[in-house]
Amino acid sequence: MQDVTETKNSLPEQGLETAKLGIWAFLATEVLLFGGLFTAYTVFRIGQPRMFHTEYLKLNRLFGAVNTVVLICSSLTVALGIAAIRQGRQRMLKVCLVLTLLLAATFLGVKYAEYSEHIARHELPRTNNFFSLYYMMTGLHAIHVFAGMIALTTMLVLAARGKFSAEYHAPVEITGLYWHFVDLVWIYLFPLLYLIG
Amino acid sequence: MRNEFRMAAYRTYIIVWIALLILTLVTWGVSYINLGMGNVAVALFIASLKAALVALFFMHLRYENRLVWAFAILPLFFLALIIFGTLSDTMFRN
Repeated sequence: MQDVTETKNSLPEQGLETAKLGIWAFLATEVLLFGGLFTAYTVFRIGQPRMFHTEYLKLNRLFGAVNTVVLICSSLTVALGIAAIRQGRQRMLKVCLVLTLLLAATFLGVKYAEYSEHIARHELPRTNNFFSLYYMMTGLHAIHVFAGMIALTTMLVLAARGKFSAEYHAPVEITGLYWHFVDLVWIYLFPLLYLIG
Repeated sequence: MRNEFRMAAYRTYIIVWIALLILTLVTWGVSYINLGMGNVAVALFIASLKAALVALFFMHLRYENRLVWAFAILPLFFLALIIFGTLSDTMFRN
């Protein structure tokens, strides 16, 4: 009897279904974590429209657009990697994970250049509400990108050890869902901070 | 046969990726045209379109069951509740 239960619970597909619900539940808490900041943004934007209009022009729209493209490309490489391992193609998974990590590093590099530019012009978190929100929202997002890089590196190490196959690759799928979420947050941050004011 | 099936999965992702790039280009271009409040509407509409593409195709929501859909939609409902609840206070203060 006990044997039967154990076998049942360790079915690979069942493990993946459970893990998927787990990550979606986690992403729900993440929506509300960023949601607090999106709420603050809405309140301050409505309260100080003129200040937001002059301040948003100080952001580098090109950097923002480049980083959007970088994250969209990284979402593609993750999606392709998962499609590959679903067919048991380990080499392609590894290539895709390496590309994703490189794109993630590029994103943080551009973000670093952007922050440096603002700090050089004395546009700091304490400057005004717009820059407080800008640093809080993009900073929290950058922490998520960094956390994603740790998860992706872990997947790369496991993939290099040959742990994943067409039958078992739940951790890659879960990491992929998290990474797409990080992309999703940026898809909203980019227009809200860089494009409208 | 198996090869064709394999390529079809990749092709969908490439098409979604190109759509996302085009939408990014459009939203970036529109931001240089002054539409007043129209800019906010266009930017948020395009962002939501992009978000839907990422969730449906890259996050495989299209192929998921109702339970996963509920997990995905419920936080958006709560987020709307938080924003509207907060605004119903802050917008009517003197």
